[in-house]
Amino acid sequence: MSNSHADGAPPKRTIDVVNASLKRRYARERRFRLVGLTAVILGLTFVGLLFADIIAKGHTAFVQTYIQLPVTFEAETLDPAGTRDPETLARANYQAIIRDALRSEFPDVTDRRGTRALGSMISVGAPSHLRDMVLANPDLVGTTREVWLLADDDIDMLMKGHINRDLPESERRVKDQTVGWIEQLEAQGRIEKRFNTIFFTTGTSREPELAGIAGALMGSFYTLVLTLLISFPIGVGAALYLEEFAPKNRWTDLIEVNINNLAAVPSIVFGLLGLAVFIAIFGVPRSTPLVAALVLSLMTLPTIIIASRAALKSVPPSIREAALGVGASPLQTQMHHVLPLAMPGMLTGTIIGMAQALGETAPLLMIGMIAFIVDIPSGFTSPTTVLPVQIFLWADSPERAFVERTSAAIMVLLAFLILMNLGAVLLRRRFERRW
Amino acid sequence: MSTTVDEMARRTGAMSSAELAGGRESRATVGDVTCANPRMVCRDVDVFYGSTQAIKGVSLDIGKNEVVSMIGPSGCGKSTFLRCLNRMNDTIDGCRVTGSIKLDGQDIYDKGLDPVPLRAQVGMVFQKPNPFPKSIYENVAYGPRIHGLTNSKAELDEVIEGSLQKAGLWNEVKDRLDKPGTGLSGGQQQRLCIARTIAVSPEVILMDEPCSALDPIATAIIEELIDELRANYSIAIVTHSMQQAARVSQRTAYFHLGDLIEVGETNQVFTNPKHRLTEDYITGRFG
Ligand SMILES: Nc1ncnc2c1ncn2[C@@H]1O[C@H](COP(=O)(O)OP(=O)(O)O)[C@@H](O)[C@H]1O
Ligand SMILES: [Mg+2]
Repeated sequence: MSNSHADGAPPKRTIDVVNASLKRRYARERRFRLVGLTAVILGLTFVGLLFADIIAKGHTAFVQTYIQLPVTFEAETLDPAGTRDPETLARANYQAIIRDALRSEFPDVTDRRGTRALGSMISVGAPSHLRDMVLANPDLVGTTREVWLLADDDIDMLMKGHINRDLPESERRVKDQTVGWIEQLEAQGRIEKRFNTIFFTTGTSREPELAGIAGALMGSFYTLVLTLLISFPIGVGAALYLEEFAPKNRWTDLIEVNINNLAAVPSIVFGLLGLAVFIAIFGVPRSTPLVAALVLSLMTLPTIIIASRAALKSVPPSIREAALGVGASPLQTQMHHVLPLAMPGMLTGTIIGMAQALGETAPLLMIGMIAFIVDIPSGFTSPTTVLPVQIFLWADSPERAFVERTSAAIMVLLAFLILMNLGAVLLRRRFERRW
Repeated sequence: MSTTVDEMARRTGAMSSAELAGGRESRATVGDVTCANPRMVCRDVDVFYGSTQAIKGVSLDIGKNEVVSMIGPSGCGKSTFLRCLNRMNDTIDGCRVTGSIKLDGQDIYDKGLDPVPLRAQVGMVFQKPNPFPKSIYENVAYGPRIHGLTNSKAELDEVIEGSLQKAGLWNEVKDRLDKPGTGLSGGQQQRLCIARTIAVSPEVILMDEPCSALDPIATAIIEELIDELRANYSIAIVTHSMQQAARVSQRTAYFHLGDLIEVGETNQVFTNPKHRLTEDYITGRFG
């Protein structure tokens, strides 16, 4: 082990040299680990801060203020003829019933201004709520019931503390008079925050208290499903063909370069392309999940193709040889052996692409998804918006109540992303049964 | 051609000028390339990878019920030649094969011939055991299934049992056919690959250094197996072990830099090689 030198220097044993350097090597390793750990902690901190901020701002959107009033379903107002005809009931003046209920609750208010202020405590959506109640149960006509009526968004903000009662009246959206009424209702236990089902079951609205994300959610769902149906088979097929069947020549090189380029093209360009091609040339209806999915498919295809090709590349060639060696055709080789082994990688790429598509906003603005659409979409060709665009729209709205809705919508979007990624992990596990 | 030989001489270093002169002797194959009862007949086969020639005018017969071994220094083209015999080279970009290779009189490089059924007739066992990442049963069942060789589950079971038995693996795996094939030991995996190959009843089996990744005991089992398989199949085996060639084969072909230098009865090639290059190789002076 020792090498003797001619000049008589003491022989140096290898193990001493190794030991001397070992310390340095370990120190370097520790440093590297520390840097990595710091990076992870830093990243997690920022994610944590983001989540904390969003949740702090948005959690109040999941409850909504309601005011309980004894409502008299006056037969004279609702159904003067007494026929209980649904059409008559549907067209009746429910606003008047609410006005009467408020008047009997606050009998001292008589002036025009006061009455108007009283009425504005209740959401403009409350009459249609009463109408739905009556239509569902016509026997209500002629009776008096305690009904929880949806409060206006200003009242809601006041109840949630987003409007400060201690500010001077001139700097506050809710006047002293109204605050007094609210305090009176609070004392009677007639005002209360209840779970906000409206947020999850309706489309958007100009009135914050009536605005929900169901429309955007369904829009995103339809869009994503269609995007997946379009881009996964095409992406995997293209990857398979390019990787396994296509001759390697200048053309395939060109295609490869272009696919990589496409992955880096700003997404808004895809939106312009969709507008010019799908809408202008092919006449696909704008603002629909169909056109959105077409555009998003263009955008996610490069991601899926690149990930799928990498997954195919990582399948050991010995498996292909084994299959070909017993006489499997090239397609059988791919379908029976290569594809199943490449599937986890392909799925990961696809989910990443889908997550991208779910969060994409810019190209969708180009193809009309920014339109104000109240209805919940019922299919792939009904006009809709999608979650990120909804967030964009709400973030742009001046009402204070839309701030919490924006954050709540972000929470829903994030929840979906987490669910999708969880699904990806589970799918991977299933497919990755390593033998 | 002489420059390559000179280069070779310089690389191997220890060659005398007499040997150098000997190295210049003809590269035409010494010995009889034909055999009495041929199954595969190869004539003047050239193989090119792009512009480099890996096989130079090789002619060789592979007889019925015989084991032909191919030996030679690494990189001399043994694998390349073997892979021509079932058109496995088709999958390599830029690989070009000329000359004629016939299986039972039919040219396998004929334009109209489909390599897929050919590979069912000429099976292949690879250097590294490569079972599918599926169960032992599925590994063997795959070939019969895709070719539709059996009509019922019972028939398929029979084929699988027979193949595993012929591969000498049945007793070891009969209780765990549903366990992954990749969970077997290296030697068992290689026998599983042999079982998978014979499950489609090929006529010829090609083996490319089938024991190079195995320990001596597993090697001995496979060698014994090859000897038994000879009764039903023609076998061409590439090996880097001269002892193995001597033990399992009836005829031996010695390759050198893409040339087939010498072919003969195994006994004769190892005891009395006619060509100087063969002699150098088997006496350990080169290779
Ligand atoms: N796929 C390939 N592409 C290009 N050259 C190859 C390829 N495979 C083998 N070769 C070359 O062909 C020659 C013969 O290789 P091979 O048949 O693998 O030799 P052996 O099996 O005898 O060791 C070598 O020079 C090798 O470099
Ligand atoms: Mg080889």
